[in-house]
Amino acid sequence: MEKFTVHTGRGAPLRRSNVDTDQIIPAEYLKRVTRTGFADGLFAAWRSDPSFVLNLPQYANVSVLVAGPDFGTGSSREHAVWALQDYGFRAVISPRFGDIFRGNALKGGLLPVELPQDAVDWLWDQLEANPDMPITVDLHAREVRAGEKTWPFPLDDFSRWRLLEGLDDIGLTLRHEADITAYEERRADWLPRTIPAL
Amino acid sequence: MGRTLAEKVWDDHLVRSAPGEPDLLYIDLHLLHEVTSPQAFDGLRLAGRKVRRPELTLATEDHNTPTDNLLQIVDPISRKQIETLRRNCEEFGIRLHPLGDAEQGIVHVIGPQLGLTQPGMTIVCGDSHTSTHGAFGALAFGIGTSEVEHVLATQTLPQAKLKTMSVTATGQLREGVTAKDLILALISQVGTGGGRGHVVEYRGEAFSSLSMEGRMTVANMSIEWGAKAGMFAPDDTTFAYLEGRPHAPRGAAWERALDYWRSLATDPDATFDTEVVLDASAVSPFVTWGTNPGQGVPLDGAVPDPASFTDPVERAAAERALQYMDLEPGTPMRDIAVDVVFLGSCTNGRIEDLRAAAEVLRGRKVAPGVKMMVVPGSAKVRAQAEAEGLHEVFIKAGAEWRFAGCSMCLGMNPDKLTPGARSASTSNRNFEGRQGPGGRTHLVSPPVAAATAIVGRLAAPSDL
Ligand code: SF4
Repeated sequence: MEKFTVHTGRGAPLRRSNVDTDQIIPAEYLKRVTRTGFADGLFAAWRSDPSFVLNLPQYANVSVLVAGPDFGTGSSREHAVWALQDYGFRAVISPRFGDIFRGNALKGGLLPVELPQDAVDWLWDQLEANPDMPITVDLHAREVRAGEKTWPFPLDDFSRWRLLEGLDDIGLTLRHEADITAYEERRADWLPRTIPAL
Repeated sequence: MGRTLAEKVWDDHLVRSAPGEPDLLYIDLHLLHEVTSPQAFDGLRLAGRKVRRPELTLATEDHNTPTDNLLQIVDPISRKQIETLRRNCEEFGIRLHPLGDAEQGIVHVIGPQLGLTQPGMTIVCGDSHTSTHGAFGALAFGIGTSEVEHVLATQTLPQAKLKTMSVTATGQLREGVTAKDLILALISQVGTGGGRGHVVEYRGEAFSSLSMEGRMTVANMSIEWGAKAGMFAPDDTTFAYLEGRPHAPRGAAWERALDYWRSLATDPDATFDTEVVLDASAVSPFVTWGTNPGQGVPLDGAVPDPASFTDPVERAAAERALQYMDLEPGTPMRDIAVDVVFLGSCTNGRIEDLRAAAEVLRGRKVAPGVKMMVVPGSAKVRAQAEAEGLHEVFIKAGAEWRFAGCSMCLGMNPDKLTPGARSASTSNRNFEGRQGPGGRTHLVSPPVAAATAIVGRLAAPSDL
């Protein structure tokens, strides 16, 4: 996983709430068996509208998405995270995220940043007036800085450490393999198996 | 202090717990399907890892498969995804129920049907509606592809502690009101983000008197209001459903399991972090008007006026939804004409759902110009329905009788809405484009779907 420390980039104001993962990447694009190449499917239905924010020239090369509440609700498709990353986003700001999306984003190194609605409103207004305004997402300090404003955002210590170090969960878990084996030895005997044990 | 059902299941699956780190939970059953697994298997191969417990893993083909035939997947990209799953299962020794197999079906329908879904288990799948299995008192939730890879490699999952919530439904459901109406009414009350960060336990008479199928419908849609998982305390209804199923324990093991399952119920002195109360006796057939499952009203109601929402974010969402749905505020829901009726999905594609719809359709005809698709949730559900003669009722009424799969629940396989077409659907998501680009979805219960097919406009059986 790519590390995340401090990122400064331009932002896109997505004035919508309940941006579900079917909007982020429609099912049609989920047929691929690779992890890359999903950028063309990002917001596919909305991208055909010339006035959609990502189609406006002033929002070319943005890397921070600023969206309304309940971003990433719906399906568990991690392709939504891959599509945002392929497009160039490093962080998404929203007052509230769908749980699975948030987990997927943290796994993949796309930072989900929870800011209150008034901060999002301020960012939307500023980004519309001044699309070049840089936004800094600082994971060390757990804060977002833009203009003369600073907002703290919540993130648990463990997730922050994983992101700062770019660590892969499987490797971390396998350090505790003895605990897994010990647990397996005390599992109840009636628990089902899908096939005869090997 | 007492513990809740969710806390007991959690505690019994702790592999490791350390301050400042997420808990490491053991996973009892890992379900796989073709869409969210290929990149996980690739990851395993790249790292030279094996599947730790293939015998706790089961795969099926559902999202990308056709429902009009069992032989041919026309779209080459879909075919490749299916072939990739088949290759991966073969390589890693995982049991797979492919298209055409007698046990094939939607992943959340086949787990319970096989008796693999049992109380007190932890169950995950790369699919958000894994919450369905919580109907049995399992802790079941959807995961992303990175987590799929993690479970394949380690049979565990790191999880931060969750908050608990109870939803207590007071009173009894009225005649003609279903589990689907109850959950749609709940979501419209609490909003799509209302359950975030919580494991929910559905309590109270109206929930506990539901059949297993009804409980699965409710648990299935837990994710639609943001909950991580939804659970029902296992009881005699649960045990009666499970007994004798292929993977249910037998003999002395059954007795030991029963003792354990009975111990799982929330202790009387346990407390929940959040409590919600719903008056079940006030719920009537419920339908959605908008583009998220929280945008619903009673069928007796009308399309709301966005100006009636005080919250500016909700108002803007309602305006957008009405524009997308091409609806005018104040339109009675019963005036909305549909082009397609879809009966199926992991929400309402089980035998009880098919029976309820068939009862309404028996001796009647689907309205001219309306296309109705009946898609059983699994090959077994299809066989059962045929044994009961339900398929003849559907076919005589003019509906299409399909093979099992996700079908028109999501716009991924050949079953799709055309742009602008409007459906009444027993599935779980009415998102923009969910059933096909530009398609418009109204979520409904199976009896409402059947009545709507006959009338051609949103309707309840009592309207016939
Ligand atoms: S039926 Fe629909 S919701 Fe259920 S697993 Fe299939 S696509 Fe997902």
